[in-house]
Amino acid sequence: MKRKTRKAIRENLSSYAFLIPWLLGFFVLTLYPMAYSLYLSFTQYNILQPPKWTGLRNFFVMFAGDAQYPKDDRFLNSLLVTLRFVFISVPLKLVFALGVAVLMNRKLRLIPFYRAIYYIPTLLGGSVAIAVLWRRLFAGDGVLNTILRGLFKLDPPAWISNPKYALYTLMLLAVWQFGSPMIIFLAGLKQIPQEYYDASSVDGAGRTRQFFSITLPCLSPIIFFNLVMQMISAFQSFTQAFIISGGNGSPLDSTMFYSLYLYIKGFGFGEMGYASAMAWVLLIIIGALTALTFRASGSLVSYGSGE
Amino acid sequence: MNKRASGMLRAGYLNSLIIVLGLGMLYPILWLIAASFKETNAIFGDPGLIPKAFTLKNYVKGWSGIGIVGFSAFFRNSFFICALCVVANAVFCSLTAYAFARLRFAGRNIWFAILLITMMLPGHVTLIPRYIIFRSFHWIDTFLPLIVPKLFAVDAFFIFLLVQFIRSLPKELDESALIDGCGKFGIYWRIIIPLTVPALITTVLFTFLWTWDDFFNQLLYLNSPQRYTVPMGLRLFLDSSGVSSWGPMFAMSVLSLVPSFILFFSLQKYFVQGISTTGIKG
Repeated sequence: MKRKTRKAIRENLSSYAFLIPWLLGFFVLTLYPMAYSLYLSFTQYNILQPPKWTGLRNFFVMFAGDAQYPKDDRFLNSLLVTLRFVFISVPLKLVFALGVAVLMNRKLRLIPFYRAIYYIPTLLGGSVAIAVLWRRLFAGDGVLNTILRGLFKLDPPAWISNPKYALYTLMLLAVWQFGSPMIIFLAGLKQIPQEYYDASSVDGAGRTRQFFSITLPCLSPIIFFNLVMQMISAFQSFTQAFIISGGNGSPLDSTMFYSLYLYIKGFGFGEMGYASAMAWVLLIIIGALTALTFRASGSLVSYGSGE
Repeated sequence: MNKRASGMLRAGYLNSLIIVLGLGMLYPILWLIAASFKETNAIFGDPGLIPKAFTLKNYVKGWSGIGIVGFSAFFRNSFFICALCVVANAVFCSLTAYAFARLRFAGRNIWFAILLITMMLPGHVTLIPRYIIFRSFHWIDTFLPLIVPKLFAVDAFFIFLLVQFIRSLPKELDESALIDGCGKFGIYWRIIIPLTVPALITTVLFTFLWTWDDFFNQLLYLNSPQRYTVPMGLRLFLDSSGVSSWGPMFAMSVLSLVPSFILFFSLQKYFVQGISTTGIKG
């Protein structure tokens, strides 16, 4: 009996040896930093002096504020800008991804080639190079406006430097990168049995009817998966807004993404306690939205009966 | 015969629709490439894709960089960081994945659940304490904060990808190796690793691409231009130069996209696999 337990312990230890790097990383680079940033979110901290406990003040300043600690309007603005970005760009991205995937879900010889072409914007779109390009394309004297003026005799605004439109150029850039959900949709479409379509054609269903009665229900778990993944990553967008706005969310904070404001607060103004508080608010918002999506999906998503 | 002809016609329509849409999507990138070969005064607002006067001046001027640091230094730095991250991720993520997929130990399910949770966690909640930790090590303005975390398998996405892949391998191979006297490490090294090559390639690919394009961490940790990477170099260009240097800027932008482009076209099928198993973010 005793020998057996000793053997089991040795077995366990030799397995855990393989996990040491990851476990160390988890404790030192994830768990401890999380706990520490939670602590910092209740303090005032500028990295040079030790943190000063201020209780809930950081959160108070974000959402309420009073005469002594005025409300930080830029915070709510950055949250609203980000929410608008997420709620417009993510659904549009998924619609495009699904549309192109359905278009490509045929027996065409060139599918791998087409798939590659449509993935290129996603491959390159996250880079600084493309953000720089975007700034040029949508500038007042940029390519888009030259086309609009020359071909359609319009008088278009300077998209990038107009606070009314700047955010839309960022949304367009995000939607343009629909390659990943497209590939996932394509893989999902291949899983739908052809018999469903054959049977429904016999019953006289047209293509539109088939799309809504077969394709969408069968794909619903994948749509849901894509929605959650894209939402989580859209909330964290940073690089494109940073480059296109010149690092300060301009014009007039209209492209001040949440991550950008967090960076500016923490590393520009040295308000690291406040930035930590923002990080935790972001975590809670993302968590809540994900949970809500899970909830809502319960009635909409069909995982098949497994028969 | 008639039916077949109409089918071919439809396929033709479909093909042309896909191609026209695709070209529309690629237009910005094609324009960028064209602009990098145009004279600077011809770049503004010229929507054409074929330069009227073809020039390589932009590339020459861009490569010499700004001030004392040339673009070759930025490329060297980027490649150096990427190479180390790629190796570290391949080794440590596969080691961790092997443990989760094959080894039995107390608490395995709990640890695996934790791994999945860390996959969804926004990096912001660890950002500032990590910065404080690395600062206390005097690692600011070095490459270490960009590379060292990879030695601890922090990219849970790849662990998950590799776990899924290793689980799909037949277990009989491990068992026969065990009978032949292979230890746990022997099985990992001789059996699992050679069979996991496709998933390892996916890991290597995405590690390279994300590290190559990663701007946020480089912005955070690198301060002096000699240590700048390609994205930071482009940003320096953007900030420090006026209207006159859009040409060189575009030329360097094109160069910065070349490595991703080559990798993508030479290893396309691994991309598709990586994206469809983990839903990797775009």
